Amino acid sequence: MKEIKLLKGNEAVAMAAIRCGCDGYFGYPITPQSEILETLMSQKPWETTGMVVLQAESETAAINMVYGGAATGKRVMTSSSSPGISLMSEGLSYLAGAELPCVVVNVSRGGPGLGTIQPAQSDYFQAVKAGGHGDFHMIVLAPASVQEMYDFTQLAFDLTFKYLNPVMVLADGVIGQMMEKVELSEGKPRVDDESIQRECGSWAATGRVGGRPRNIVTSVELDPDIQEAFNHILAAKYARIEQDEVRYETFECEDADFVLVAYGSSARICRRVMEMAREEGFKVGLFRPITLYPFPGDVIARLAERVKGFLAVEMSMGQLVEDVRLWAGRNVPAEHYGRCGGAIHSPDEVYNALKSKLIDKIK
Amino acid sequence: MAKIQGTLVIDRERCKGCGVCVVACPVKVIALADDVNSMGYHYCMMAEPDKCVGCASCAIVCPDSCITVYRQKNPNA
Amino acid sequence: MAQFEVEIKPENLVYGKSPVLTDAPMHFCPGCSHGTIHKIIAEAIDELGLQERAIGLSPVGCSVLAYNYIDIDWVQAAHGRAAAAASAMKRLNPDRLVFTYQGDGDLAAIGTGETIHACNRGENITIIYVNNAIYGMTGGQMAPTTLVGMKTMTTPDGRDPKLHGYPFVVSDMLAHLPGVCYVTRQSVHTAANVRRAKKAIRKAFENSMEGKGLSFVEMVATCNSGWKMSPTAANQWMEENMFPVYPLGDIKG
Repeated sequence: MKEIKLLKGNEAVAMAAIRCGCDGYFGYPITPQSEILETLMSQKPWETTGMVVLQAESETAAINMVYGGAATGKRVMTSSSSPGISLMSEGLSYLAGAELPCVVVNVSRGGPGLGTIQPAQSDYFQAVKAGGHGDFHMIVLAPASVQEMYDFTQLAFDLTFKYLNPVMVLADGVIGQMMEKVELSEGKPRVDDESIQRECGSWAATGRVGGRPRNIVTSVELDPDIQEAFNHILAAKYARIEQDEVRYETFECEDADFVLVAYGSSARICRRVMEMAREEGFKVGLFRPITLYPFPGDVIARLAERVKGFLAVEMSMGQLVEDVRLWAGRNVPAEHYGRCGGAIHSPDEVYNALKSKLIDKIK
Repeated sequence: MAKIQGTLVIDRERCKGCGVCVVACPVKVIALADDVNSMGYHYCMMAEPDKCVGCASCAIVCPDSCITVYRQKNPNA
Repeated sequence: MAQFEVEIKPENLVYGKSPVLTDAPMHFCPGCSHGTIHKIIAEAIDELGLQERAIGLSPVGCSVLAYNYIDIDWVQAAHGRAAAAASAMKRLNPDRLVFTYQGDGDLAAIGTGETIHACNRGENITIIYVNNAIYGMTGGQMAPTTLVGMKTMTTPDGRDPKLHGYPFVVSDMLAHLPGVCYVTRQSVHTAANVRRAKKAIRKAFENSMEGKGLSFVEMVATCNSGWKMSPTAANQWMEENMFPVYPLGDIKG
């Protein structure tokens, strides 16, 4: 029988971690995602699956705990919100540079600076283009429901071990805090040490079991030729990810004159906007990127061949819109609308913006 | 002549000529050579091999692990 | 009396390079304490039979490449963060020996927070802390541990406490924390000191494997290049100037 629970998005992340065989969670409290650590501490998975849960002294420590755990081949994760993710940037770069697997959940809030504790989508650039110093990318998954918070946490673990590259689940305070019913998966056991030796034995620092050649987890290389060659290896990995891991949803784009582009909670709001527009007789569709990196730009490029305009809707002053413009090209307008700083746009506000910025101008 | 005779096998190429072993030797066996190795260091050598008692003080303080110490009872002593 | 030649054979061997050291020549400056400390760590791992179970964490600094020399699995940690990474590694792999190797810039400046909290949690790891009172790799700048009056590239007239504060005495501070089971301060400038220092490392590793809490081994060390002295003069300077501020011996446990 299916197990269905009413959960907050943050609680769903915790439940997903326990049920997908996560070995360790290391985190630091920050609003609006503290329920992830709180739920894990109340569930006490160390008594059931043996999962380690540790409250770190800072986000900096937390991401470096993740780095250490990942270096031993374990399935580890952390979560935070915007200012905390900034503190993790250095660690994310090290994780990517050492090709280590880990899952990082960002339940984002308004900024810059300490900003606000209310939801925002203003960490798009950081997640997609500037996770830290050096040439690297994270795979970025953007859930739009509590069920997806659960599912994407598990998907993130699969992807991070497939590519040995950090994977971020980029949510926002809306998705983290709201409650919805969630269908829970059957629990998967944690991977045992023998399997880790078999599957990660070529790179993980587990101790030289059986006298095998030693493994060194590092991101330092002082010879520029070798470092450059390594950057090419990473680039080839990102090319594979861009080829194989693009995920998105389209809603009524087939006949659309205008397409809303939105991810996460804004995509939910835009579903309603699309209905409102259709009720008024305007052919409006919705394009929802699920992976923000790799970005489903090809789809936008194809849509741009026939639609009259795009409206990127995001709780920021305009970040996603830059990628939409890049792929839409010069001939199709790609406008932006979004409340920010913790404010959430209503369907009416988005609809009015759609009308004034696109429909009324172009029709 | 000492009852216990020691000797050193020195990896000249590993030696950086820091001279820590020279100071550590209680019986002043070691000196730095006038010659240099391929790295340009005045490597350490047994200047007075007969005095060596094989105490290994030189090897113990050597940061580059370039001294191996052997010791044997001297039947002539 | 006839000249007697010692036969070079295994039964006459007194002391040689540890089998847990690799053959790679060390990149350290001549006479650098790091080489000796690396060596006794390798020897301690060998003597305790932990080569297949040891995981070391190297820091940022001169010893960033420690993994080239000690023949075990290694993880290179971000600057100052080794104790945090080690905490997770040990919790996820409780039957492994997990130790960090950190200099005074790495541990006592940028990594102070991670160090104190790992100690306070009583993580079952060993921290080997090399204090030579200077930033070696970046070219001899002031460290938190630089002595009052000591000249460095960023204290050209000597460290002035009014400007830079005082030498940071880390070990004594950490000894106050209940999670820390063993704190000792050692050096490797004489054979007797090397022997004592190795014993301290062995004890720390044993504590870690027995789950007794965090063991902290400070090594008062030289940086003859940074201090602009010969290796042997640096050892003497250390005795005269470093030891009064950082006295050798067990502090706790």
